[in-house]
Amino acid sequence: MSKILVVAEHDGSRLNASAAKTVACAAGIDGALIDIVVLASTADAIAAEAAQLDGVNSVLTIERAENEHAVTAVLAPQIAALAEGYSHVFGPSTTFGKDLMPHVAALLGVNQVSDIMKVESSHTFQRPVYAGNAVVTVTAPEDSVVVATVRIASYSAVGADNSATVQTADVSVDVPTHTRFVELQSGASDRPDLQTAAKVVSGGRALASEENFRIIYELAEKLGAGVGASRAAVDAGYVPNEMQVGQTGKIIAPDLYIAIGISGAIQHLTGIKDAGTIVAINKDEEAPIFEVADIGLVADLFTAVPELTKALS
Amino acid sequence: MDKILVGLKRVVDYNVRVRVKSDGSGVETDSVKMSINPFDEIALEEALRIKERGEASEVIVMTIGATDAQQQLRTGLAMGADRAILVESDTAVSPLGVARAFKSIIDRDSIDLVLLGKQAIDNDNSQTAQMLAAIWGRPQATFASKLEISGDTATVTREVDAGLEVIEINLPASISVDLRLNEPRYVKLPDIMKAKKKPLEQIALSDLGIDQGPIIKEVTFEPPAERSRGVMVDDVAALVSALKDKGLV
Repeated sequence: MSKILVVAEHDGSRLNASAAKTVACAAGIDGALIDIVVLASTADAIAAEAAQLDGVNSVLTIERAENEHAVTAVLAPQIAALAEGYSHVFGPSTTFGKDLMPHVAALLGVNQVSDIMKVESSHTFQRPVYAGNAVVTVTAPEDSVVVATVRIASYSAVGADNSATVQTADVSVDVPTHTRFVELQSGASDRPDLQTAAKVVSGGRALASEENFRIIYELAEKLGAGVGASRAAVDAGYVPNEMQVGQTGKIIAPDLYIAIGISGAIQHLTGIKDAGTIVAINKDEEAPIFEVADIGLVADLFTAVPELTKALS
Repeated sequence: MDKILVGLKRVVDYNVRVRVKSDGSGVETDSVKMSINPFDEIALEEALRIKERGEASEVIVMTIGATDAQQQLRTGLAMGADRAILVESDTAVSPLGVARAFKSIIDRDSIDLVLLGKQAIDNDNSQTAQMLAAIWGRPQATFASKLEISGDTATVTREVDAGLEVIEINLPASISVDLRLNEPRYVKLPDIMKAKKKPLEQIALSDLGIDQGPIIKEVTFEPPAERSRGVMVDDVAALVSALKDKGLV
């Protein structure tokens, strides 16, 4: 039987939405027994959220002062020690999981399955390669632990009607002090989180300035949507880096994605191809974004976008 | 700091539209343009800048791959690296195997800093720098967008989902670099000529005696599910009504 340990991402007070999707992937393995581990300085509130996730057997907490910030060099040895007895250790394919899980894998002496997009069986998975231009089916050996990251855009969150037991995990390992958290510079806003928002509005280079991005924010506000951007818009300095959608930015799967003034480079399309409905507004009718858009509108964004915002009022 | 080791991987060029082979055994790589993994080029550029600031004395480029990966090492030498190491293997090497190969060169050559791309654009694994830090027992800083060296420590700004995270690490360390760390320089013709005279050492992977760990087998490749072209609407009113029909607004 598969016994799966899911490593929960959180910000110190709230569980990250990626946890419910990582559990959804783990639940795709027949007969899986799923535990979640929360490593934090104070784990109670986060563990309580994790305990609600459907399909979770128990929540394990490891509380120590050093776990206040997610420093891989500190967390990985604790997870590796806890991994004994588990057939699988899963984390989300967010920057948290991508940083942490390969380190855990190496401590356990195994290679990692990156970005699981589909579970075929307990040891066979599908994952994207070449920026999503190919999908490869991989098989991990059955006689060693499977360490993997889960491509969260491929999964819907499990429900939250559970009440799993919460218990303290007894892990006492030395952790290094050679890596120290200094600060997080966050462009935190009141807008919905880009990676988990049901609706996302993104702007591209055609916006032409940081000031002009205002019309994107206004439309997003009307829709209750998160805001993203193409790499070109980020490189041009119109918006901060963390808003980039695409292969080297965030890979997202909202119900509605509205691409405005984005031509649709392959690297951008990689980041949105799991979206429910893609809407494209672009002046250039030849733009590649129209090849994948469910609804396309050839128009000048500077008139069409304010008009759309107004029409939704 | 004395020596910086940079990993360069030979990959299908960024601009090539990759196609899956009809028998599902892999992707087409015959007569396809090959280049240095773009993230690795950024890693090398950073190493060269550190050396040019007088904060390191030698930049070594290294790859693990077939003989033809010499091309990418020569490009790295033309960019300004001092010497190159090719660890030869005709078959694919696992990320843990690659990390262990780096570790054996680190031990042999007393490396102070390793700079790698945050991922290779072929298999998109994003594992090597993290695995190297684990087996080396040294700090890791992934997805670096800013790097400042100060004696035996480095301050690294990392691109994370929530914004920019700043960490301080002791050296030696394993660092993986992100897109916005720098813009790599162009190679000039005289530098290509000069690079031909720089040392390029060849070592057989088997001579390093490393264990690649349990191998994750690639069974079959297929093209991704394509999205099909939808409908075009004439104006904003038609767009709004199409969105309402789908229950999205």
